Amino acid sequence: MFESLTDKLRKVIKDIRGQGRLSESNVQDALKEVRLALLEADVNFKVVKGFIESVREKAVGRDVLESLTPGDQFIKVVHDELTAVLGGAGAGLELKGKPAVVMLVGLQGSGKTTTTAKLALKLKGQGRTPYIVPADLFRLAAVLQLKRLAAEIGVDCFDSDGYKNAADICSEAARYAGLKGYDTLLVDTAGRLHIDGELMNELKNLKRLLDPSEILFVADSMTGQDAVNTAKGFDDAIGITGVILTKFDGDARGGAALSMRQTTGKPIKFIGTGEKVDCLEVFHPSRMAGRILDMGDVLTLIEKAQAAVDVKQTKEIEKKIRKDTFTLDDFKDQLKSIKKLGTMDSILSMVPGFDAMKKSKDVQIDEKEIDRIEAIINSMTKKERQDPSCLNASRRQRIAKGSGTKVQEINKFMNQYDQMRKMMKKLRQAGPRGIKAMLQGMGR
Amino acid sequence: MLSRIKSGITGLKAKLTRTHNAIMGSVEAALTGSSREEILGALEEALITSDVGVKTASEIVDGLRAVMAGRDEEKLKGCLKSAIYNILKQVERPLEIGVNQKPFVLMALGVNGVGKTTTIGKLAARYSSSGKSVMLAAGDTFRSAAIEQLELWGGRVGCPVIKQAHGGDPGAVVFDAIRAARARGTDVLILDTAGRLHTKSNLMAELKKIKRVIDREMPGAPHENLLVLDASTGQNALNQARMFNEAIGVTGIALTKLDGTAKGGIIIAIANELKIPIRFIGVGETADDLKDFNAGEFVDALI
Ligand SMILES: Nc1nc2c(ncn2[C@@H]2O[C@H](COP(=O)(O)OP(=O)(O)OP(=O)(O)O)[C@@H](O)[C@H]2O)c(=O)[nH]1
Ligand SMILES: Nc1nc2c(ncn2[C@@H]2O[C@H](COP(=O)(O)OP(=O)(O)OP(=O)(O)O)[C@@H](O)[C@H]2O)c(=O)[nH]1
Ligand SMILES: [Mg+2]
Ligand SMILES: [Mg+2]
Repeated sequence: MFESLTDKLRKVIKDIRGQGRLSESNVQDALKEVRLALLEADVNFKVVKGFIESVREKAVGRDVLESLTPGDQFIKVVHDELTAVLGGAGAGLELKGKPAVVMLVGLQGSGKTTTTAKLALKLKGQGRTPYIVPADLFRLAAVLQLKRLAAEIGVDCFDSDGYKNAADICSEAARYAGLKGYDTLLVDTAGRLHIDGELMNELKNLKRLLDPSEILFVADSMTGQDAVNTAKGFDDAIGITGVILTKFDGDARGGAALSMRQTTGKPIKFIGTGEKVDCLEVFHPSRMAGRILDMGDVLTLIEKAQAAVDVKQTKEIEKKIRKDTFTLDDFKDQLKSIKKLGTMDSILSMVPGFDAMKKSKDVQIDEKEIDRIEAIINSMTKKERQDPSCLNASRRQRIAKGSGTKVQEINKFMNQYDQMRKMMKKLRQAGPRGIKAMLQGMGR
Repeated sequence: MLSRIKSGITGLKAKLTRTHNAIMGSVEAALTGSSREEILGALEEALITSDVGVKTASEIVDGLRAVMAGRDEEKLKGCLKSAIYNILKQVERPLEIGVNQKPFVLMALGVNGVGKTTTIGKLAARYSSSGKSVMLAAGDTFRSAAIEQLELWGGRVGCPVIKQAHGGDPGAVVFDAIRAARARGTDVLILDTAGRLHTKSNLMAELKKIKRVIDREMPGAPHENLLVLDASTGQNALNQARMFNEAIGVTGIALTKLDGTAKGGIIIAIANELKIPIRFIGVGETADDLKDFNAGEFVDALI
């Protein structure tokens, strides 16, 4: 995602670097290139204008750090500003009320129904008891589509067949959910145009009826200039609480993310990264900004990496990855420095190009898990650490006992380890520069 | 026939008035402005905000700059109109159903959610009502209830739908469909396919395989590979067109959802860069919301 835009910006930034000092005139040229790149990335014309102006102000102003090169100064300004436009910190779902109601709204075909199932699966995984409510009586087979998805993920679903309008479905479903003690209602609505007064009134009516704590605007990440109009249209009519951007697994540059955030001021909460029900990820503004620049979180990563990883160790690991002798012991050593650096996932996401590889959610490791993983590795014998392929069921059971974890966790970790090795193989194929990039996080 | 076209024009015009107003708002604002460069700048902005793309927009405006001396409003408008018309006229080629191809096989393709299945429903209605026998094939065996969605369209239009189980091989479905269409002497066979992002090589390979199956069963088919594009899509539609074209050859484009506020300017960019014929536009969700693409109508409604 965002590849082409970042390619452009990298070129621009190189050009500045070639000139030694950051003067008014080379900022001017760089800004022109940034403007062009943003427009090609589908960021709305007016949003681009505003963005360029604030970058200009900040680049020529006193925000510039003396310790950086002129090129890095410019990168930092653009990066910081992008992060700001995309929104401060990642926002989760606000689930208030009993049951809490989440409504999904948006244009036709944006991904509402699929995303409803994805959210339900996510909430279920967090120990909640979601209830799916198909309230699209318009699209052919829309109710059946969602019923099937609900069955697939094992989440209960209201039977909307036989109903004549969405309001009746919603009030009956809400009543029933209250009775049965479901804690979250996920309401899928029909796709509609923001200029369709009648259908927008239907949404207003549903909102009154359900008093939702979240109204999520589901939008296609390939959307062009019109993103500002549609997001604003829905926001003005019913007051959206957040945005979910779908179909991020393609090569759309996703400028709509900037546009919608800027026009509505509402946070982008999740991104859809595939057709399958588990392809939903939390949106991280800073990561996204880093990715837009295709430099990863370049500045923070340089700082963090230099502080935490000693160069000799890096060299050794690099050699091991190259020779494919990176074992669980090495992995454990790495965990120590990773702990200093931050979460595994955030480290990896700072590595440009990693996201494209991160097809499987299994690659993500969160901070708490690092402790558990360390415990797991500690409970392994030397032989097991060197050759994890010998880990049969009884060995796994023993390790689980020894480390105070569950066998499932061990299985999950071994999957992650496999994924990581696969990734390393890819990096190896990318050559020494790729490996360096991963370990030093410099991004080429 | 003529009256149908006429009513088509009126309907389309009504639906595109918003587009028109939005663009003309900017154009007229531009025309009341002062300097020549201001006018040209506003025009370029209007084009860019219509998703024409920076490259195409500046090409058009540079062309205007060369042709137009001074800042005559009417002349400017005329120039912009004919510049866009000239690009679009090249790709205005309505789909003709050949009588020698029986069945005439049309395959709909495109990324997820653009309107393939709906466009198929509309096409089935169109050809049925013009007296042709139509058959549909449920080649999307992946998306939940995609088969049932197509079946409901078939029921609405009154044409048979060939299908297999969810999760089955789409190649097998189209194989069956071609045999069935031949056996029944069907005029038009329309194949639905699952939405797929053009960047997914496994899914693009599957599409190639489907095409091979069809070609083996009926050499020369499909007679139309119709790429469905969503008018609200930005510059990515160009990539979509390029990559579907590279993979199996796109012979026509349908541009859907022009009833929204998205300007559909991407049509101009695609026409300018790829020269793929644009067959249809979608202007709503019901069976008769499909029109032949017409460059003159489009430009008239636009400017
Ligand atoms: N590749 C990809 N496809 C997606 C994603 N989210 C949804 N889709 C696909 O997009 C298409 C449309 O999704 P739906 O969930 O039916 O969209 P919708 O908004 O409910 O559509 P309507 O109800 O017709 O307005 C389907 O083919 C989905 O599989 C995503 O994140 N990535
Ligand atoms: N407003 C409007 N909506 C349309 C148009 N064409 C299709 N739609 C709607 O767009 C949504 C998606 O249409 P589908 O036909 O299911 O799209 P698809 O490409 O088959 O989707 P997948 O098979 O999931 O990839 C549905 O809600 C349609 O009713 C159009 O021209 N205008
Ligand atoms: Mg839906
Ligand atoms: Mg479909």
